[in-house]
Amino acid sequence: MSHAVMGLVVPGQPHPLLAAEQSPAWQSLRDSFAQAKQRIEESEAELLVIYSTQWPSVIGHQIQADPEPEWVHVDENWHAMGSIPYKFKMDADFAQAYCHAAKERGLHSRTVAYQGFPIDTGTVVALKLLNPDNRIPACVVSCNMYADRAETLVLGKAARDAIEAQGKKTVAVAVTALSNRMFTQPIEPKEDKISSLKDDEWNQKLLEFFAEGRLEDVSQLARQFTAQANGDNKLKAIWWLAALMGQSNRYVGEVIDYQPINGSGAAIVSLTPSTQAAMNQEFDEDDVEHYGGDRKVLDSGSDAQDEQGMENAQASQAAQANLVNAAEAPKPVGAYPHARREGDTLFLSGVGPRQAGSDAIPGGAVKNSDGSANDYDVEAQTRAVIENVKTVLEASGSSLDKVIDVTVFLIDMDRDFATFNKVYKEYFEHIGATRTTLAISALPTPIAVEFKVLARA
Amino acid sequence: MAAGEIVAGILAPHPPHLVYAENPPQNEPSAECGWEVLRWGYERLRKKLDAMDYDVLVVHSPHWKTTVGHHFLGVPHFKSISVDPVFPNLFRYHYELDVDVGLAEAICAGAKSAGLVTQMMRNPDFRVDYGTIISCHLLNPAWDKPIVGISSSRAYYYYNNEVGDREMLALGEATRQAVEASGKKAVLIASNSLSHRHFTEEPEVPEDMRNEHIYHHGQYLWDMRMLKLMKEGKSQQLMDEMPDFIEQSVSECKEGCLSWLMGALQMPSYPAEVYAYGSVIGTGNAIVEWDPKSAEVSA
Repeated sequence: MSHAVMGLVVPGQPHPLLAAEQSPAWQSLRDSFAQAKQRIEESEAELLVIYSTQWPSVIGHQIQADPEPEWVHVDENWHAMGSIPYKFKMDADFAQAYCHAAKERGLHSRTVAYQGFPIDTGTVVALKLLNPDNRIPACVVSCNMYADRAETLVLGKAARDAIEAQGKKTVAVAVTALSNRMFTQPIEPKEDKISSLKDDEWNQKLLEFFAEGRLEDVSQLARQFTAQANGDNKLKAIWWLAALMGQSNRYVGEVIDYQPINGSGAAIVSLTPSTQAAMNQEFDEDDVEHYGGDRKVLDSGSDAQDEQGMENAQASQAAQANLVNAAEAPKPVGAYPHARREGDTLFLSGVGPRQAGSDAIPGGAVKNSDGSANDYDVEAQTRAVIENVKTVLEASGSSLDKVIDVTVFLIDMDRDFATFNKVYKEYFEHIGATRTTLAISALPTPIAVEFKVLARA
Repeated sequence: MAAGEIVAGILAPHPPHLVYAENPPQNEPSAECGWEVLRWGYERLRKKLDAMDYDVLVVHSPHWKTTVGHHFLGVPHFKSISVDPVFPNLFRYHYELDVDVGLAEAICAGAKSAGLVTQMMRNPDFRVDYGTIISCHLLNPAWDKPIVGISSSRAYYYYNNEVGDREMLALGEATRQAVEASGKKAVLIASNSLSHRHFTEEPEVPEDMRNEHIYHHGQYLWDMRMLKLMKEGKSQQLMDEMPDFIEQSVSECKEGCLSWLMGALQMPSYPAEVYAYGSVIGTGNAIVEWDPKSAEVSA
């Protein structure tokens, strides 16, 4: 169960904070920051977790753990706009938990808590405008300059681990520009604009996705966007945010604002979890749960270690060969394959009714985005489950008539058993598989029925 | 008034590790040892500078990054603590320094006249970047000379390396002209390393020298090639090859410091002296001096 109640994308340049009155664009962003602040308050968040592209790190990732950092900050670029005195409230316990979770997933990470540590402009701007009275404790993580997509995804997942472990209602904030080509000559603030039509068009494309709640699609497009529009630090902040929020397109998205800041694309976007999913149209990047990294690549160790490593790699390859991931089946919601072949037997992971690609639930979700109950159709859900089971079996070289045993999970036995049983009979009566039906309190996604299946390979 | 002059041009990289290992009173963390070859190189160069008559250190730092043009420190006195955001465990340094604002303004105005975008930094709350602090400490730990601080214009990241180099050569020429017009004797400092790919893990004991080596042999080869050209006085060839060097060794020369220095020294054809070369967390660092006087003697 994720406790990230909202994700925000905000720009990190100081113009809306220090010089809003100089430009209609910057004033608009200032007003929109106020809207985002209001949304945070309404969410009853207990924690802000921030990833800022303006805090670079080299040694893994650093996490701010000074409970009350205090300084008078001056931006290295925009020093003429003035100073920014600050005193923030950080959640040092969460910082330690995040650091631990990152290490558990194979990342190199450490907390920092030093008097005078230079908190970056992006973080300062975000906290001053989103949380000016320090009502909500914050946690800030750095942007490693060498981190790739895999490392950044794992960093986002580690944040999710820590959030879930602590059970705090959390708003995740990605401090980043979209296109990041700034003007290198002085401009008249009132005439600020996106630096090129091409950058503007690419920004608009991302914003269209955001508005449809397609956060994972934006994450999947990050490389292409960066190549075309000089994305801010490769859009690592979006990789991090998408991983933290659950790598899906199941959000209600709102583009609160989109303006230029000295030529760069500055957007304020909110994303709140939803049970309704937009179509997954851009998914082709690999996923990763644990970071192996490339750091030891030059230190191969002894020959004996190499041989052991080779044996391990061969064993791993053999195990991988037994795994089945069906492209036509819905994406797993965790680190497991669709099926695993052991000898002549095929073990399927739990199969629900979600539709491949869109994650839509035939017959509707069991609850609405606000948590209220929905009048779903269990007949449609059951048919969709069985069709998904067929898909996985056929992708594994098997078929429905080779099913040996079925375990069925229903979230409401009294309401749904009779209808489910009728549909089941249509498909399985002639097969003669053994079956057990259980009532459980909930499933990981808002569905009413799930099958666990064993079959002959 | 006698004409001013550049009495030395120095490539003075700024790894915080070197200050950390030295244990000066200004730095909070302490170390047992580390990176001695580079630190001894700095020691020998300091002896030469101590014996030299000069008025001001002019430093171009890669860690004051500016987008709209080249910025210059324009406040007479700074006092604060410099904490490296990347290696805060190694560098938390209490500094107090004076700025030669007059010379800074002269360079700023000259560069503007030459067509560059320039700006003075007048905010008294500004924190001087750690690249400037480290290079200046390593060359003048007494801090008894004023400095001129120049930013690294991020315009390099928008144009190709060739265009960036042309701009930095022009900034160097404007610096030389302003120094000569000031009547002062200036030491110029380019505060960048050579190859610049870091390791992304740190030993438990940062100064454990078992782990210190160049990140990649290709970087080492490039660094040696650049140093050979410096020692042979082949500055034009150095500049010609700089774009490829930057691209292929992830060089910190991308920030423009060395190109600025070559421009200020009018592309020296006399040999430079290499005081030391060594790796710091995988990056290649060389301490190199160009001495115009020694060039005159040899001529």
